[in-house]
Amino acid sequence: MSLEPASIRRIASLARIHVEDAELPALAAELNGILGWIEQLNEVNVDGIEPLTGAAQMALKMREDVVTDGGYPDKVLANAPERAGDFFAVPKVVE
Amino acid sequence: MILTDLTIARARNGLRARDFTARELTEAHLAAIAALNPRLNAFITVTGERALAQADAADTALARGEFAPLTGIPLAIKDLFCTEGVRTTAGSRILGSFVPPYESTVGANLLRDGAVFLGKANMDEFAMGSSNMTSAYGPVANPWQRRQDADAVLVPGGSSGGSAAAVSARLAMGATGTDTGGSIRQPAAFCGIVGMKPTYGRCSRWGVVAFASSLDHPGPFARTAEDCAILLRSMAGHDPKDSTSADLPVPDYEAACRRSVKGMRIGVPREYRVDGMQGEIETLWQQGLAWLRDAGAEVVDVSLPHTKYALPAYYIVAPAEASSNLARYDGVRFGLREPGEDLRDLYERTRASGFGAEVRRRILIGTYVLSAGYYDAYYLRAQKVRALILRDFTEAFAHVDALVAPTAPSAAFAQGENMDDPVQMYLNDVFTGPADLAGVPAISVPAGLDANGLPLGLQVIGRPFDEETLFAVGAALERAAGFDALPQIRADS
Amino acid sequence: MTYAIEGSTGAWEAVVGLEVHAQVISRAKLFSGAATDFGAPPNSQVSFVDAAFPGMLPVINRECVAQAVRTGLGLNAHVHMVSRFDRKNYFYADLPAGYQISQYEHPVVGEGKIEIELADGSTREIGITRLHLEQDAGKSLHDQHPTKTYVDLNRSGVALMEIVSEPDIRSPEEAGAYLRKLRTILRYLGTCDGNMEEGSMRADVNVSVRKHGEPYRTRCEVKNVNSIRFVMQAIDAEARRQVEVWESGGAVDQETRLFEKGTTRSMRSKEDAHDYRYFPDPDLLPLVLDEGWVAELKAKLPELPDAKKRRFMHDYGLTSYDAGVLVAEQATADFFEAVAKRRDAKLAANWVMGDLFAALNRAGRTIADSPVSAAALGQLLDLMADNTISGRIAKEVFEAMVDTGGDPAAIIEAKGLRQVTDTGAIDATVASVLAANADKVAEYKAGREKLFGFFVGQVMKAMAGKGNPGLVNDALKRELSKE
Ligand SMILES: [Mg+2]
Ligand SMILES: [Zn+2]
Repeated sequence: MSLEPASIRRIASLARIHVEDAELPALAAELNGILGWIEQLNEVNVDGIEPLTGAAQMALKMREDVVTDGGYPDKVLANAPERAGDFFAVPKVVE
Repeated sequence: MILTDLTIARARNGLRARDFTARELTEAHLAAIAALNPRLNAFITVTGERALAQADAADTALARGEFAPLTGIPLAIKDLFCTEGVRTTAGSRILGSFVPPYESTVGANLLRDGAVFLGKANMDEFAMGSSNMTSAYGPVANPWQRRQDADAVLVPGGSSGGSAAAVSARLAMGATGTDTGGSIRQPAAFCGIVGMKPTYGRCSRWGVVAFASSLDHPGPFARTAEDCAILLRSMAGHDPKDSTSADLPVPDYEAACRRSVKGMRIGVPREYRVDGMQGEIETLWQQGLAWLRDAGAEVVDVSLPHTKYALPAYYIVAPAEASSNLARYDGVRFGLREPGEDLRDLYERTRASGFGAEVRRRILIGTYVLSAGYYDAYYLRAQKVRALILRDFTEAFAHVDALVAPTAPSAAFAQGENMDDPVQMYLNDVFTGPADLAGVPAISVPAGLDANGLPLGLQVIGRPFDEETLFAVGAALERAAGFDALPQIRADS
Repeated sequence: MTYAIEGSTGAWEAVVGLEVHAQVISRAKLFSGAATDFGAPPNSQVSFVDAAFPGMLPVINRECVAQAVRTGLGLNAHVHMVSRFDRKNYFYADLPAGYQISQYEHPVVGEGKIEIELADGSTREIGITRLHLEQDAGKSLHDQHPTKTYVDLNRSGVALMEIVSEPDIRSPEEAGAYLRKLRTILRYLGTCDGNMEEGSMRADVNVSVRKHGEPYRTRCEVKNVNSIRFVMQAIDAEARRQVEVWESGGAVDQETRLFEKGTTRSMRSKEDAHDYRYFPDPDLLPLVLDEGWVAELKAKLPELPDAKKRRFMHDYGLTSYDAGVLVAEQATADFFEAVAKRRDAKLAANWVMGDLFAALNRAGRTIADSPVSAAALGQLLDLMADNTISGRIAKEVFEAMVDTGGDPAAIIEAKGLRQVTDTGAIDATVASVLAANADKVAEYKAGREKLFGFFVGQVMKAMAGKGNPGLVNDALKRELSKE
């Protein structure tokens, strides 16, 4: 599968990364180079193999239902590029 | 006595014997940083005052006869580990202004044990790279130089390039790193030091900026296996804040370094013999196996049939996870924000200017392999291949106690080399990637020099949570190799 | 009686499935230790995990899992002993991580069912497809500033149960009955307070229309409808819109819509909805439930509305309707049982559903803060049973109980309402009434027997209502039958 500039646009917008038209050809070449190389996985016979999500071979530990965190709005907001009082602020969103 | 040349083990004894103070030790390293960092660029941020305050606290403790395992030992912290009150950039422009209000668990463990933090080590942006060339804070110079054409500036490897260069050049006695596809072992090999990637779950990921959650392994750098053992014992341990952290006791790795390898079965994975591998590396590999035979180990051939598919699988799984992990860098709660005409435009411009080319590339690949219609063909298939790679190791470890192989297919290359084709750069991890996908531990030790006088590393790969065997074998190789070559650029104070 | 939309081309039926987001009752959030209380100051209940700071990791809250399991059991659903968490990736101002941790491929609870009862007394079963655990998002405030949206992350990371129904619902009425029944079950279980005003229960409504017997047509999802009434209106509005589209030769396209001012409109902020890039969350491991633990949770489940209703009909001989009304709220059911125990249960039901409900309505109160306790109402019934007062007097005593909160016996004494059973006094009053109405007595004897009621009224009046009705009747019959 080789990526057309149009599909790269779609992916970039899904990923919220602005791409200039001028960058598209070079980007397409790089991505298709990588994807072409990845294609060799199709040689592998994976019939009946259970996918492995992670290396940790155990079950999920659960914590108790106790309030142990939060209560520090100033710390949460300290790094914010823009805040309004104790809110984060962004350009108006239209739903 | 040159303080910056000491190992952690010897410095620890010297401090306890009051041969020198923690302040003297820290000052020596800060002076080395002041002298050499402009040339090496191993540190993004140096925290001198903090370091001296921590050193003074260490001296007070030592005066009271209180020694923790690392009291007064000066370390470099990869800039991927969040440090409370100290800027943490992950090597990226998008976090250029980020000051974490918390300390990573690994960092907190080191501080608990008395360590002194000299500063934040340079790295490939979000740990994506094998040369440290993708850092938004400039490349790092490898302290080693080629005999021929000594003015070529070599890369330290990556992504933990700053950590490896700092330890190699004696700017720090040890350092933290993370290994996702080889980011501890490959730079350790390139810089002639020891790097250990423990088992997945051995060191907490809490407070470590995530690249690929199922592959990120925090671990130590030092100049000896014993020093890595000392550091790992402090860094490791169960962390209830990380659901993937293993609830297991942490053994005495230092003691494991003194274990004999007599009677151990050492596997030689035949698939690691790839064409295009530097001739001296094959020779060194055979030499290493001979050393282990001489030490009483039995060497047997094993097969890891899916080795060649590890990197392609890695370059699906890692970017997929990264594309999701890096979605939080959106200019809303922390980090860089570029203005936009609406929120969507703000996101797209912030992320376009905040992320470098390699990170953008991997986010796009990751987004693509997860997107509707491609998930099964790419991500799901890669996860199945990952299962096969783990199965390869599991079957091998039914017959052998550890595997020995080269760490990287070449010695350090020059800045600018392997840059035109991403895949060429990715192939640096051909020998390191499989252990990350399987989550099994691996250690790289310097074993010799190539014709150009550059260090080469051998890695030992072991069973899950059997780091002790790796320290035993690694230390045996170290003793046999008697590696005492020094980088041309290093502290001499 | 069945719901249909009469279009120019004939009758259309609505096909509706509901996705209910029910906020789990827990002290702390699903994956962080921050508090969940409603209405706290902005960003005061936010941990670095909830704000998706670099390096932060999720750790699951056992109680949230327990609540999901309880709910699954309460919906007669299949509890999956192994489930998994996936990431749902999309960018939004109040979604800090850029993904929501949810359960996509392997939910903790599978298929179940809910029985709903309709106004005509008929019942229907609505299938539950699944129930899964997921994180809530933060809150975007669009009305605080002319050009900015403000973001409060207090709700970010609070545990939600998404309860998905089969497309079995065919009318706004059925949707309303389904939501009320679901809310009752959640409240009985104590897993969600069902408070739609505070947003702790929100519904996404999937609507399509078709001619009877047709296969399904394209559906639209109307997002985040926050009251049962609005859900019913949204279904009607959206179904009618779709009928118009189809009948005007157009085609409905699958999209996410918003319910506003009685109509639905397309939602702009959802253009990535087709590509959430779900994948297993690598920060979490499979959720494996312990059989013993699930059995323990099952053993501790309360009696649920359907079982209670069956028991009320069987043990107390109530009609299906009365039992249904009484079990709708746990508090009402408990109140009723306290009154009905060892008493005339039908009478108890009538008093609770009649006089008590009326009094509560007038006072704008709930059964929880009723001015008349179950014990007091019980005593009132006892005082009727032992003829201390008549039913008519009881009404008067009850009103006094509502106003003063006093206990019935005291009120009866204070007002001297104890009924007269002394035959001497009754005979005397009867004699004087008949004497004072000789003309009417003559008419009665001439055959105008309906005058009997008049005589009863006169005697009761003369005795201020306190005469025992039975004894008064006997005395009158006896006197009037004398030649
Ligand atoms: Mg939904
Ligand atoms: Zn949902």
